[in-house]
Amino acid sequence: MAKELIRLQDLCMAFDDEPVLDNLNLYINDKEFLTLLGPSGCGKTTTLRIIGGFTTPTSGDVLFDGVRINDVPPYKRQINTVFQKYALFPHLNVFENVAFGLRLKKVPDAEIKERVMEMLEVVSLKGFENRKPDALSGGQQQRVAIARALVNRPKVLLLDEPLGALDLKLRKDMQMELKRIQQQVGITFIYVTHDQEEALTMSDTIVVMDKGSIQQIGTPEDIYNEPKNAFVADFIGESNIIDGIMVRDKVVKMYGREFPCLDGGFAENEPVDVVIRPEDIDIVPVEQGQLVGTVTGVTFKGMQYDIIVDFRGFKWLIQTTDHSPVGARIGVKIDPDGFHIMKKSQYSGMFGDYSSYSEEYDELSDVEALDEEEAQEDREEGYEE
Amino acid sequence: MRSKGIAIPYVVWMAIFVVVPLILVVVYAFTNRSGGFTLENFASMSQYASVFGRSFLLAFVATVVCILLGYPMAYFLARERGRLRQMATMLIMLPMWMNFLLRTYSWVFLLERNGFFNTLLETIGLPKLDIIDTQGAVVLGMVYNFLPFMVLPIFSVIEKMDHRLIEAAQDLGANSAEVFRRVIFPLSLPGVLSGVTMVFIPSVSTFVISRLLGGGKSLLLGDLIEMQFLGSAYNPHLGSAISLVMMVIVLVSMGIMNRFGEGEGEAVVL
Repeated sequence: MAKELIRLQDLCMAFDDEPVLDNLNLYINDKEFLTLLGPSGCGKTTTLRIIGGFTTPTSGDVLFDGVRINDVPPYKRQINTVFQKYALFPHLNVFENVAFGLRLKKVPDAEIKERVMEMLEVVSLKGFENRKPDALSGGQQQRVAIARALVNRPKVLLLDEPLGALDLKLRKDMQMELKRIQQQVGITFIYVTHDQEEALTMSDTIVVMDKGSIQQIGTPEDIYNEPKNAFVADFIGESNIIDGIMVRDKVVKMYGREFPCLDGGFAENEPVDVVIRPEDIDIVPVEQGQLVGTVTGVTFKGMQYDIIVDFRGFKWLIQTTDHSPVGARIGVKIDPDGFHIMKKSQYSGMFGDYSSYSEEYDELSDVEALDEEEAQEDREEGYEE
Repeated sequence: MRSKGIAIPYVVWMAIFVVVPLILVVVYAFTNRSGGFTLENFASMSQYASVFGRSFLLAFVATVVCILLGYPMAYFLARERGRLRQMATMLIMLPMWMNFLLRTYSWVFLLERNGFFNTLLETIGLPKLDIIDTQGAVVLGMVYNFLPFMVLPIFSVIEKMDHRLIEAAQDLGANSAEVFRRVIFPLSLPGVLSGVTMVFIPSVSTFVISRLLGGGKSLLLGDLIEMQFLGSAYNPHLGSAISLVMMVIVLVSMGIMNRFGEGEGEAVVL
């Protein structure tokens, strides 16, 4: 399982002297589902394009099975791509779209038919062979794009935000579907997304990126439970990040109070960032609370309430099934395993305060992120010519 | 609806300047000088079969030449960026800002018996060529005048083509020749189709080019029709009949062509 397939070595990329990737080192194992996760402009799409061969790095090497492939054009790589907006050929029907790569390889007609039909079955699109792409729904087009790439039996499949254009329900289904397909065909998937939930659901390994550098590499559990810095903690799931001091091993101090925790290995009295996940906080009567705060906002989320609680000017997000009205004084209790302690980093103090938290804000920034991403890509393509 | 109100001036305009003349052409074509109904205009047209043949042939040749010249031009223009592209587009558009007659006259001076090219040939010791007053010169005139109408639609189609499609083709194993053959060319066909329409129709009905460059020897449909209205053979009824037949033939051939391009988007017919 753990056989290395792709290695990115000291990869740097700059467009017009504007650095996009900063000394990136990453190796990718065979048959692994790896996700490049990060906000727009973090360099994840550029990394994918370099692996696909559509962009040449400014410096650094791309190794495939131990061989340097920097100068190998895309059509000679054993890698296929599912593009962000599918990029299906509008003049060809579904069958011919999927058969495209096989026709180029001069595969005999009978075998093409067999392999295309088999692949259409894998993506549950049997019976759609004669449709033109514009007569398909977004999800179906998506699956044609996947079939078109997989039918060539690549060693690696690159997926560039393939679910970005689908609605939520379909996206969830496709996440499961993709994971199933990956296990069925047994090849490496490299997946780019800015959606942390997508990354957590599907990946074997998540690579969190920001500003052209890797922030953390790990399994979904590692990344969620043991974020390395405030950026990762904030980007993956919801986090309250509070300034604290590691008094000694297993004791952290914040709000002038000592709390038992499970972390260790810090210097005595080292300033740290304390991460507390909203679901790890229990609401208790004021007199039993380790801390006491005032509820300033309540949002019903279906499965739980998101409540914002003011603790001496710093606002926390707490997820709870119990309703507490705005203005209520509540106590909170956090178990030792609810604390996660991180070393201070360049990201300290930038995240983890929910003062400006609102749903609208979240959605807006999502849309903006997508738009920016596109603008960035168009720009990159422009440079290529 | 508001959009309907806005459309009224255009509808009136179209009625006065398109529909009414068309009706007049039809009425004239089916009547004689005394105003009675007749099919004689069509019957007598058979004597002009050679003119029909020549017009369509020359227009066809000019269209093919325009594709052969215009397609590569449009292709490289569309893939070029920055200043070179601007300059090249300017150069293609530039002649169109000049008067049509003037442009064609300038070719007369270039191609004449004692014109620019022959003087040039003479000075380097080569025999003079008879270029002017040939069908070749007529085709040259058509190509020169109508080439931009071929280049621009193809250019705009290729230019607007989603770059990701090209990357997708490369990704699936296509080298640049295969990318062109399997993706770019088929997707640019709608542009070629509108280019063909925009070159073929004016070519088939032109009358200035053939008169100036063809020396009156190769009479074309346009000349023939013009003669019936303004020239010696004054007979607007026959002229209308010829126009009508030409129009029908053009419409039919465009219809057939669009059939070929089905699913690639329709070419502009009128």
